[in-house]
Amino acid sequence: MVAACVLGFLIVFVLVGPLIWRIDPNFIEPDTAKMFKLRNKPPSLAHPMGTDQLGRDMLARMMFGGRVSLAVGLVAMFVAIFIGTAVGVMAGFFRRLDGILMRLTDLFLALPLLPLLLVLMMLFRDPVARTLGPRFGTFLLIVLAIGVTSWMSASRVVRGEVLALKEREYVLAARSIGLPNRRIILRHILPNVLSPVLVAATLGIAGAIITESVLSFLGLGFPPDFPTWGRLLYDGIAEIRSYPERVIWPGLAISLTVLSVNYIGDGLRDALDPRIRGR
Amino acid sequence: MAEAAAARRKLVEVQGLKMYFPITAGLLRRKVGDVKAVDDVSFELYEGETLGLVGESGCGKSTAGRAIIRLYDPTAGRVRIDGHDIGSAPQSELRRFRPLMQMVFQDPQASLNPRMTVAAIIGEPLGEHTELRGDALLRRVYELMDAVGLNRSFANRYPHEFSGGQRQRIGIARALALNPKFIVCDEPIAALDVSIQAQVVNLLEELQDRLGLTYLFISHDLSMVRHIADRVAVMYLGRIAEIGPRDGLYERPLHPYTEALLSAVPEPDPNVESRRRRIILKGDVPSPANPPPGCNFSTRCPKVMDICRRIEPVVAEVEPGRRVACHLYDKTIETAGGTAAATEARAPNKETRT
Repeated sequence: MVAACVLGFLIVFVLVGPLIWRIDPNFIEPDTAKMFKLRNKPPSLAHPMGTDQLGRDMLARMMFGGRVSLAVGLVAMFVAIFIGTAVGVMAGFFRRLDGILMRLTDLFLALPLLPLLLVLMMLFRDPVARTLGPRFGTFLLIVLAIGVTSWMSASRVVRGEVLALKEREYVLAARSIGLPNRRIILRHILPNVLSPVLVAATLGIAGAIITESVLSFLGLGFPPDFPTWGRLLYDGIAEIRSYPERVIWPGLAISLTVLSVNYIGDGLRDALDPRIRGR
Repeated sequence: MAEAAAARRKLVEVQGLKMYFPITAGLLRRKVGDVKAVDDVSFELYEGETLGLVGESGCGKSTAGRAIIRLYDPTAGRVRIDGHDIGSAPQSELRRFRPLMQMVFQDPQASLNPRMTVAAIIGEPLGEHTELRGDALLRRVYELMDAVGLNRSFANRYPHEFSGGQRQRIGIARALALNPKFIVCDEPIAALDVSIQAQVVNLLEELQDRLGLTYLFISHDLSMVRHIADRVAVMYLGRIAEIGPRDGLYERPLHPYTEALLSAVPEPDPNVESRRRRIILKGDVPSPANPPPGCNFSTRCPKVMDICRRIEPVVAEVEPGRRVACHLYDKTIETAGGTAAATEARAPNKETRT
């Protein structure tokens, strides 16, 4: 419950916040002299979280950055879990596909992910940005790239679970009733692999947010003037000794998100399991 | 009794059923052999009777039961149920025959999906094979729950909220949902308390009387099989050792293995119990991956003869309705000069009986 409140607060913060706190996160004082005065300010009433090295308001940047980070985390996690579960169930349930799909998983695991991501971004960022617009194009590309490169652990967990469930007597019973495979998977297998999937999913969100910040840091994620939590974190790290609050805010936001998502995952799993429910 | 049974219609016919599981080894996963879980088993069930299938653990009883209703694809053999060729039909066509044959599983905990309510579990086969939906389906589910003695108010509960006996009732209700003719009961009472076993067995018997069901009752509990079965088949290492009407088989076992098996059943009367002579078999059951040549039982048989180690005995009718796979009763060998050995072997047999 607490976790849901925290995540709810974060979501409200990033969605509703910018409507109330109407400062452009990318606004830089055009007058150079004034801009220099506004740089690296500690928290004050005008700027509750202070300002960064270019005099931009941190609170506004946190709000906009949170939108992107949360969206990337959630969507990339959905992509990864969807691919991972599909591959895992197929591999576990159909013996013939098992070898091929698991070797494919191994292949993806063996790929050095960061160089792969970098090459992906290099090759496709410009064409995608041209057709879909720079922001949405980059978003889609990042989400897909992270999703496609992080489904492996989920698929392995799911495959193992399915292999065990497949031999359970209720699956045999379903077969003796004459249920087609499709329905056995949907009704008997999937609900019972839910708990490991949920755990993998909550961990996936954390991973996705962090991968996105790595990409931003390397200059291949979102455009540099476009704030995300990861970006803010990396911008702040250079000056962590002089201005620690610039690292603390985004770091705190990422940690809170990951933690609350993990607890929600736990709670969801318990709520969906009739054996634990109501205890 | 045997004549009466023969007059009735054969509902299930199993001929030469073989279920081998391949053993693979090495880097290339080459097949190096088979586990002969069920090896050339033939029997038949008449409509409305109960055939008890007994044998020790790992002898292939459950595998045979599962292969008959095609939860496994058998390696060889013919299975006909109610005139339909079940043994060789492709899985896609098998769906039509599913309502005919159902199964009650051993472990009532494992055989019910923990995430489905009782009503959903019992209603699942109905939704799959009938046009019943909504209220009509629920009414049928309630009917089934009444039939197996479950309170209707349990319909929306989950399996973990029930005791073992109640869970087994849910499993039975599910098996009954489609009005099957033939139910394979795969050790339905093995996982239950003794006090609950009787309830479940009585329920099965009552349902049989009311609905005219035919059971293949797989069990290792010999007293329970004696109670419920009309005929009994004894399996050893994937093969049928002896098959015959219950009373005859329990009174006067023919196959040495049956005899040893029955001698292990304790007697309730302490006087009788103290005089009971157990036949204790030496050694272990050979591996089904590498059965001994000749008779499967030859390595442990107390009445083993030379021929047993060389030639595999065939299941032959010794008395009306009773078939045994043992050289002791093989007439051709007796005429060929093995009479002395056979009679000699049979003599102590009589002693143990009296």
